[in-house]
Amino acid sequence: MKPIRNILDAIKPHVQKDGKFHAFHSFYDAIETLFFVQDRVTSKGSHIRDGVDMKRTMFVVVIALMPALFFGMWNAGNMHFKSMGMEKELMENFWYGFLKILPIIIVSYAVGLGIEIAFAQKRGHEVNEGFFVSGMLIPLIVPVTTPLWMVAIAVAFAVIFGKEVFGGTGMNIMNPALLTRAFLFFAYPTFMSGDKVWIAEKADAFSGATPLAELTAGHPTGISVAEMFIGNYSGSFGETSTIAILIGAFILLYTGVASWKVMVSFFVGGLSMGLLLNGLSASFPANAYLALPAWQHLLIGGFAFGGVFMITDPVTASQTGTGKWIYGFLGGFIAIMVRVLNPAYPEGVMLAILLVNIFAPLIDYYVVESNIKRRLKRVKALS
Amino acid sequence: MSNTIRIKRGLDIHLQGIAEKVVKVVELRQYAIKPEDFNGVFPKMLVSVGDKVKAGSSIFFDKYRENIKFSAPVSGTVTEIVRGEKRKLLEVRIESDEHDEYLDFGAAEPLNLSKEEITHKLLESGAWSLIKQRPYNIIANPEDNPKAIFISAFDSSPLAGDMDFMLEGKSQEFQKGLDALSKLTTGKINLNINEKKTNSQIFTLAKNVEINSFSGPHPAGNVGIQIHHICPINKGEIVWTIDPQAVVIIGRLFLEGRFNTEKIIALVGSEVIKPQYYKVKIGASIKNIIKDNVREGDVRFISGNVLTGRKIDKASYLSYYDNMISIIPEGHYQSFFGWLVPNPKKHSFYRTAFSWLTPNKSYRLDTNINGGERSFVVTGYLEKVLPMDIYPVHLLKAIMIEDIDKMENLGIYEVDEEDFALCEYISTSKINMQAIIRDGLDLIRKEMS
Repeated sequence: MKPIRNILDAIKPHVQKDGKFHAFHSFYDAIETLFFVQDRVTSKGSHIRDGVDMKRTMFVVVIALMPALFFGMWNAGNMHFKSMGMEKELMENFWYGFLKILPIIIVSYAVGLGIEIAFAQKRGHEVNEGFFVSGMLIPLIVPVTTPLWMVAIAVAFAVIFGKEVFGGTGMNIMNPALLTRAFLFFAYPTFMSGDKVWIAEKADAFSGATPLAELTAGHPTGISVAEMFIGNYSGSFGETSTIAILIGAFILLYTGVASWKVMVSFFVGGLSMGLLLNGLSASFPANAYLALPAWQHLLIGGFAFGGVFMITDPVTASQTGTGKWIYGFLGGFIAIMVRVLNPAYPEGVMLAILLVNIFAPLIDYYVVESNIKRRLKRVKALS
Repeated sequence: MSNTIRIKRGLDIHLQGIAEKVVKVVELRQYAIKPEDFNGVFPKMLVSVGDKVKAGSSIFFDKYRENIKFSAPVSGTVTEIVRGEKRKLLEVRIESDEHDEYLDFGAAEPLNLSKEEITHKLLESGAWSLIKQRPYNIIANPEDNPKAIFISAFDSSPLAGDMDFMLEGKSQEFQKGLDALSKLTTGKINLNINEKKTNSQIFTLAKNVEINSFSGPHPAGNVGIQIHHICPINKGEIVWTIDPQAVVIIGRLFLEGRFNTEKIIALVGSEVIKPQYYKVKIGASIKNIIKDNVREGDVRFISGNVLTGRKIDKASYLSYYDNMISIIPEGHYQSFFGWLVPNPKKHSFYRTAFSWLTPNKSYRLDTNINGGERSFVVTGYLEKVLPMDIYPVHLLKAIMIEDIDKMENLGIYEVDEEDFALCEYISTSKINMQAIIRDGLDLIRKEMS
């Protein structure tokens, strides 16, 4: 710790107000606060402060993402070798996936944090830790074959137009990671769907279609329920393993970082729509997708990942207690609706969550209005 | 004392250095009244340096409400008038003499007096300054007829002194004070006791009051929280509040005819060698109180509790309304990966740290912010420590954009800085919320006048 402190202290004068490298002040600050919690003390208000800060809160989410990340690494290797008809050892699969995803993680963080730091410098703020999480989410929700330059452009778009123009972390309306995904989806559709993109260096003969694509095409999923749970099938990098995601969910709920209200209501919403569609399937036998058991919807595609890590983003979710129930439910409900009823989009989770992100302030508005009415009623009751 | 109102949301922060139930008397010579203790008061001096004063002599008054006067707590000489930037009046220092002379305001039985006579006596003696009003938490306006008067008979803040103990043997004064207050409102006097902690008959057998019982964690003892649950303030309504020790001072005024501000304060905190109680008067210098009783090192002196108190110098003075002095370590240190490494010395409301595993542990918390300031990110937590039907983040944001209508709609009239102290404590974004609330209250008061 002492050598690091010494290096930081040696650099410090150069990045301060009159230093030669003042333009890198925010960058320096981000690094310094990463290593050392500052010696600043309270100057007004409460003299003591809680031991937990934004860094720790955000870091818990990153930890919660680790099971999905590690499983994704294994699965990337697994699917690659499987497509070529090979079976490899655990570590070999893992290593293959690790090498594939590492560049995407690096590009995602480098571009995103670079922009965040630049804006923080411009605004004279400290760098907010929000991108800690977004930067890790992005690699997990794109196909492993996504070219790095696309990742870079999409991240830049999402961070600048999804977040910084609104004022940075805490002010954004839409989830930046999902916005990255949506940008890729609409700008480069051929790289984001079809049966070629999901498996790295896939042998041509092997069908790489995701279960959702199969379903949209009117076929069965092609995977067993056990596989849905474990996640050894094709899909975006970190979204396939329900078990890995559930471990993350447990961490988020146990620590209270994510709202259980949002998470639960999202799954209830998805299940409700699924049941509704099951009920309709008798009337429309032509659409086999309708008959997929509702609970299976929760296991495949990006539903679980979205419900645990995306919809729960506190900044873009509803902020009021009642609002959270409505918001989560709507998210899940619409996700399955888009997934099944819109043939153009095999997956609806991303668009559904972005849509309810936009509605979240409106939901809150009505919840807060009811609080205001309650307060006004009190006056009338008295007079 | 029929039903207990159960406050479920809140947080008790257990700190080291709770006061032992011993009252110590030390020689106190230096006193000061600090106009900054009074929200929205613009002081106009009535005395100058060198003037002799008696306890109860007016030393300054509020420029905008001239009948509100502030009196010397002791007899002696005005030694210094300290001014800050733009000649802002900071302190009026008085050195007491041995005579302990009081101005005589005449003893009287308050129940036989009219509202006007009582108000007049309180105003003349300076004791009126002890009565405050909500909204705004300013000194009450003598012309108002409040819809109720609220007294919290217990302090739930960290390390707070035991009100039962501080009022021991003062039942006569306390009751006299209540009698006087009962003439000031056509509404009720609500005396709010703690279901478990309040055992003194001074409170439980008090007359001319409505006794309400509360239970639950801090801020259950905040008078604002109690008002919210019993008699919430709507736009245009006024509730007065007063501290039990101030009721005693008012009681003495009617019993003895003197403005005798003697009270008991608690000296607490991890950096106090022997935390105990002291008998003092309003505005006393803390110099002799803390003498030989503070641990070595870089410490912070706080008049009031660690959540809402005011930072003072070691040679400074007890603030006007405070019943305690807290001394805690300063936090001038850097911690290597402090945000990540579990630290058993830190306390947190959140489960992302591990202090929730040891709920009864007492901490030695310092003044380190434990992070940097951020925008609002985490949601759903402030509500857990603010037991009011109010959306804290929405209210704070309404204040930040100075939207008066929204502030009113979201309940600004019901809150005070101290109610947001716990929100501020647990804020992972390290936002100074009490300051925001104060700004909001000041702004709306300006708009309304």
